[in-house]
Amino acid sequence: MVAAPKDTSFSQEANKLDTPALIKDLIGTAVITFLILTPIVAYETIMNQGTLLIESRWGWVFLFTAITVVGRLLLHLFVWQRAPSPKTASAAPSKGESAAGASFRKNFNTILFVFALLLPFILYFIPGWDKRGIDFAITILIYIMLAWGLNIVVGLAGLLDLGYVAFYAVGAYAYALLTTVYLPHWFGEGVVPWAFYIVLPIAGALAALWGVILGFPVLRLRGDYLAIVTLAFGEIIRLVLINWFWFTNGPQGINVPKITFFGLPFNASDEGFAAFFGIAHDRIYSYFYLYYVILALALLTFIATNRLRRLPIGRAWEALREDEIACRSLGINTTNTKLTAFAIGAMFGGFAGSFFAARQGFVSPESFVFIESALILAIVVLGGLGSQIGIVFAAIAIIGAFEVFREMGFLSYILPEGVEPVQFRMLAVGLAMVLMMRWRPRGFVTRRDPTVFLKEKKSVSADLVSQGHG
Amino acid sequence: MEYFLQQLINGLTLGSIYGLIAIGYTMVYGIIGMINFAHGDVFMIGSVVSFILVLSLGLTGGSGPFLIILSLALVVVIAMLIASVYNWTIERVAYKPLRGSFRLAPLISAIGMSIVLQEFVRIAQEGRPKPIQAIVTGKYELLERVNDQGQFIVTISNMQILIIVCTVALMAAFTTIINRTSLGRAQRACEQDQKMASLLGIDVDRTISITFIMGACLAAFAGLMFFMYYNVTDFFVGFLAGIKAFTAAVLGGIGSIPGAMLGGMVIGLVEVFWSAYFSVEYKDVAAFTILAMVLIFMPQGLLGKPEVEKV
Repeated sequence: MVAAPKDTSFSQEANKLDTPALIKDLIGTAVITFLILTPIVAYETIMNQGTLLIESRWGWVFLFTAITVVGRLLLHLFVWQRAPSPKTASAAPSKGESAAGASFRKNFNTILFVFALLLPFILYFIPGWDKRGIDFAITILIYIMLAWGLNIVVGLAGLLDLGYVAFYAVGAYAYALLTTVYLPHWFGEGVVPWAFYIVLPIAGALAALWGVILGFPVLRLRGDYLAIVTLAFGEIIRLVLINWFWFTNGPQGINVPKITFFGLPFNASDEGFAAFFGIAHDRIYSYFYLYYVILALALLTFIATNRLRRLPIGRAWEALREDEIACRSLGINTTNTKLTAFAIGAMFGGFAGSFFAARQGFVSPESFVFIESALILAIVVLGGLGSQIGIVFAAIAIIGAFEVFREMGFLSYILPEGVEPVQFRMLAVGLAMVLMMRWRPRGFVTRRDPTVFLKEKKSVSADLVSQGHG
Repeated sequence: MEYFLQQLINGLTLGSIYGLIAIGYTMVYGIIGMINFAHGDVFMIGSVVSFILVLSLGLTGGSGPFLIILSLALVVVIAMLIASVYNWTIERVAYKPLRGSFRLAPLISAIGMSIVLQEFVRIAQEGRPKPIQAIVTGKYELLERVNDQGQFIVTISNMQILIIVCTVALMAAFTTIINRTSLGRAQRACEQDQKMASLLGIDVDRTISITFIMGACLAAFAGLMFFMYYNVTDFFVGFLAGIKAFTAAVLGGIGSIPGAMLGGMVIGLVEVFWSAYFSVEYKDVAAFTILAMVLIFMPQGLLGKPEVEKV
């Protein structure tokens, strides 16, 4: 629920409870919540054979209002009551880190990597979770990869791109169109089983090209304007995909061949994967294979980004994020810097899109709506702009939460009929974005290791950098 | 010629709606320098709220004209109130704590807020578009053309007259507030220099809140007009209308209120003429392309001041 704003004059009074102010504040909260909820929650419009009927749900309004007021009262009594907590002190990097903690931190990436390698085998032995679990892990990895790609543009170069899904779409449609129409036409049908491996680099290159094409006109724009224009570009690409019927088959989408194991399709036929290796056919093999392909692609993104950060171009990205004018006065070519960020970010989006198409076996403009861009951005934001490991956890948290929402059958007892917990997932994402910006703008993982250092690695404190990430 | 005239009337009607929304964008941008990404959704809230009110009042096209006008006035007032509360809360919850945070923070927060509003309405009111019978009916025939292709009549409906007249009236009232009252003076002062304004005794926070409320009032009015014009509304209308209104604000020169209205008219006309003479499918692409073109080649807009970059 949208909580009413905090009355600052009240919260500043540390220890004493000012009853009249409290009551005033609570009445204000009640009125605001009531007004916010009244028309939209109190009356439900129901379509009944072509006519709209109104059904009142005042009970919910009063219930939510009561919950908000009680919640705020509790906050006043127990949270805002206390003296200012020593929160500012904790922002500084902790000096004395234990040896065990340090070694864990050092090896954390390795541990995570080994876990990711073994995950399908672990899931394989959990009954009922083998296929579904691996499939779910693949979905998460796609989002991790997309978020890592977007992280280059948003987290490193500081260019807010709201149309990132366009590059994902370019990759997916490049795979779909090349595989179904152009490759068979140019080289004959024999090439189709190999299509994924041929198309993957092409899709990446096309997406990167589009990154440059879309990036070039917006070079002069900053911040908000850039965000809106990239959003417009993303929508333009989607609308063209819908309306350019003879080329993209419009809203019906395109059926495309699924991924093969180097030319061996995952099916029960004689030329299939199982028959070639002389084992019984099982769909689980294709899940295993897909998992390792996307893991490899994601790792490629991770390693490439980490390497790039150490190169002059990567340092230029981060400098650009902090201060564009200073960058320019120091002789950094901001045009090239921005364009490479767009192109490389887009390229990884293109790879992911190509993989997505090969996995689903179907592409349509439905998959590339704005909300998808917002979701990827939310993962980057929650992970902490610029933190790659943070993004992994944010992706697991958000995409995992979607699955949890779907599983929460018990909630259907308290919710009204027809309302399912899964419907609340985007609402939760939106709220998380707002709350993160308010309380933890540096994301889940606040620690940043500098990419370049003189003698020893020192963590960069939050208050030393203007954009909140170091 | 007659066809052109008809499209001109349609375009001006649509443009009025976009212009009203655009003012909300332009004022907020002028005063705190951020895009209130959720403004399109405040427009949607206004639209849905007035839809529900109209429905619960039992208003139909058959009611008497006096009753319709009276009820609509009531609906407008309530919808404005509700939308104002929304925009005020959005500002307090999502933007105010972020002043002084890093540059992208308020925008990300605004995108989050936009998602929250859309999803809230979608969950509370189902996702399907909600049609309603036309309430303000009747139209006037202006011109008639009969030739071998058949008959073509240029009409202007009562609804179109209502929209254009009310928009002009609102604009007049609004301009008076900005130019003549102390509130408007405070707003203009905050726009120029917030620190100086607060030194001179202007409550900057309050002025910003009022700016959001005024923007919400205009958006709520536009929301009512929008759903009465198209006789349908849903939770997603704010997205496209919001982007187009933002385009209008940029085209007119962000920060300039007459510019926003002018930009709205231009966008409305372009959209209608594009649909009429080229293709309906690509009308949104046309609007988005204008947005990109304007930002790239003419970022100061038609009536705006060029932005000077200071270190």
